[in-house]
Amino acid sequence: MLHLSLAVASTRPTWPDILVFAASAAVILVGAVGVVTSANPVHAALSLVMTLFGVAVLFIEQEADFLAAVQIIVYAGAIVVLFLFVIMFLGVDRREDVNVEPLAGQRTLAFVMVGITLAGIIAMLATSHWVTGAHQVVGPISGPITKATGAPSGEVAQLGKQLFTTYLFAFEATAALLVIAVVGAVVLARRPAVSERDEHEQGVSP
Amino acid sequence: MSLSAGWYLGLAALVFSIGAIGLLVRRNVLIMFMCIELMLNAANLTFVTFARVLNDIGGQAIVFFVLVVAAAEVVVGLGIVVTNFRRRSTTVADDLHSLKG
Repeated sequence: MLHLSLAVASTRPTWPDILVFAASAAVILVGAVGVVTSANPVHAALSLVMTLFGVAVLFIEQEADFLAAVQIIVYAGAIVVLFLFVIMFLGVDRREDVNVEPLAGQRTLAFVMVGITLAGIIAMLATSHWVTGAHQVVGPISGPITKATGAPSGEVAQLGKQLFTTYLFAFEATAALLVIAVVGAVVLARRPAVSERDEHEQGVSP
Repeated sequence: MSLSAGWYLGLAALVFSIGAIGLLVRRNVLIMFMCIELMLNAANLTFVTFARVLNDIGGQAIVFFVLVVAAAEVVVGLGIVVTNFRRRSTTVADDLHSLKG
């Protein structure tokens, strides 16, 4: 682990760092374009896995090892599998024609508007001093969490400490949110009772 | 040491833009969801980059919460997609025009 974080700005990037960034940036961009342009939803989901993996590599590159692991386990392992499960479950894994533009001029307008937004972001990055405010409001990325020798250090220990102290209320709120989401998913996916469905069909049919 | 933050932020901006274009252009609800995930990932990358630059663990804590909220959002969203598919047999957003006057 790097404990010379304060000297970050002065040290120059090494060749392995540049290569890792270039490779994962290429993986991320190819995956992202694949999600948008795939005619088949299954291919789009697999491209999404590619992008998520590249982002996880960049997390490791930036001293966020725990988040990289969580990214792989939760995103690639749970969310994308859920996507694939729904695609297969509904049987919508057939190709669609992506060249058809149902709304005339909508794609051009989308590209123009997103291009303006991207240009604005890049211009803001290039011209303004974007790292503002105080450093280390919450706590350092790595370092021992107590003064005692042998105390756990590193960003996993720091993240755990902050989650259970500074962000304790938000952490508990996410627990409630997950329970609500699970209950909501069960209620949504539950088939309505037979009598209720019959009534509905009678009401809809002319 | 890792590259300067500008590279990471530029990459995140690009991924966010690709996700936004996909969300606007595609008609399949499932792929629109995946594009939202792309945009969330771009934001996560920005948070982690600023956490490194400012040497502040708070950025990584926010990413943790974004992950949880994204998981909950996908669960409920896909539940809605499944329910809607049962009624209308489609996942294309253009076919959902029951409210059209």
